[in-house]
Amino acid sequence: MRVSIKVNGVAHERDVEPRTLLVYFLREHCGLTGTHVGCDTSSCGCCVVVLDGDTAVKSCTMFAAQADGREVSTVEGLAQGGALHPLQQAFWDNHGLQCGFCTPGMLMTSYALLKHKPNPSETEVREELAGNLCRCTGYNNIVKAVRQAAETLQAAPVQK
Amino acid sequence: MIPAAFEYIRAGSADDAFAQLQRLGADARVLAGGQSLIPAMRFRLARPAVLIDINAIKELSNIGIDNGRLTLGAVARDCAIERAPWIGERRWSLLHDASRVVADPVVRQMGTIVGSLCHNDPAGDWTTVALATRAEVVVRGKAGSRTVPIDEFLVDSFTTAVAEGEMATAVRFPVPGDRTAGSYQKVERKVGDFATAAAAVQVTLAEDGTIRDAGIALSAAGPCAVRVSEAEALLKGQKPTAEVIRGAAAAASKKSAPQADLRGSVAYKKNLAGVLVSRGLRQALARLGVQS
Repeated sequence: MRVSIKVNGVAHERDVEPRTLLVYFLREHCGLTGTHVGCDTSSCGCCVVVLDGDTAVKSCTMFAAQADGREVSTVEGLAQGGALHPLQQAFWDNHGLQCGFCTPGMLMTSYALLKHKPNPSETEVREELAGNLCRCTGYNNIVKAVRQAAETLQAAPVQK
Repeated sequence: MIPAAFEYIRAGSADDAFAQLQRLGADARVLAGGQSLIPAMRFRLARPAVLIDINAIKELSNIGIDNGRLTLGAVARDCAIERAPWIGERRWSLLHDASRVVADPVVRQMGTIVGSLCHNDPAGDWTTVALATRAEVVVRGKAGSRTVPIDEFLVDSFTTAVAEGEMATAVRFPVPGDRTAGSYQKVERKVGDFATAAAAVQVTLAEDGTIRDAGIALSAAGPCAVRVSEAEALLKGQKPTAEVIRGAAAAASKKSAPQADLRGSVAYKKNLAGVLVSRGLRQALARLGVQS
């Protein structure tokens, strides 16, 4: 079947099998490998992308066909003109990653969180990231990073 | 782990989805949030020939309180309950508790309440809540829509009263009165795991402080969610004392018929069922201002 999905603002029109999962559409059909496959069964959160601007979804548990005609944001769309997104900058500043494998999912879940709750408490950040697993950091620095990004974004909202 | 090939149909309306189901019969499955169905398809536990995607059907995403009932359409998301403006009211405390521990926050953005009921996993959360709240499911069939009480809806593991060619279109929860509160108690190994054991409790007090009505149900305690009618009967008409709570908890332990697995032994899970009913009752009563 033919699908047209806007990924980070760019329309990608492809022929896919209905069984093509969104994460494989992004990685293999669009060549956007920033979205990672971890557990592949919706447990780890490495594959989280944002649908229609504010909804975090696990792209391993959604078919590309379901995203036909919709907008998907991935980690590749965060930085603008070579400048890191405030979330990415905050992860950098706070050492919110070590190996980096879970980071795209962490960033995109946090991105959607900040759309719904611009100033989340520490508890709210921890609760919201409960479906994203990190085996390196122990989470503390990730939580700090999201809180810093919330402050930065509130002081100077970016377009994205 | 890629699902077996299937044909994809995006339904434009509830009528369209129903017509497709009637046409395709057993070959078709309805795709709502997909958070259980898609993993099942990936493990090849489910191999539908056709998926009828109902996600774009606006009329099925409704959430509304009307005529003493809260109605949630077939594609109302788990997260919509968490975000509902009225969810902080005491009467909704059971739904509120459960809405925060179903799967994980990202899965809840896609997962649906009706889908969870239709999946009828033995360790599901919404099935257990639906029993304790005495919900009903609206099922559309050839002869029109009918309302199925949850006790009749949940037939067996992964099996419901929805027959071939039929579709569950909504779930309805009775709006509890002012003197109602509940609690959802779940023990899980990690966020997003199925319950090791869970208990849904809802209590309504009479003017004189006795228990007018109680709903008690268990998850992961049988082939599908289990109503502990013995505990409900024990509580009804009684003052909420520690002794009465102990009796209800014991009835829950006795009723629980779990399976041993990596999450625990049968003895452990049976004991846990009682502990969780006891905790749930005490929390629900505390929410009603009663220390027990």
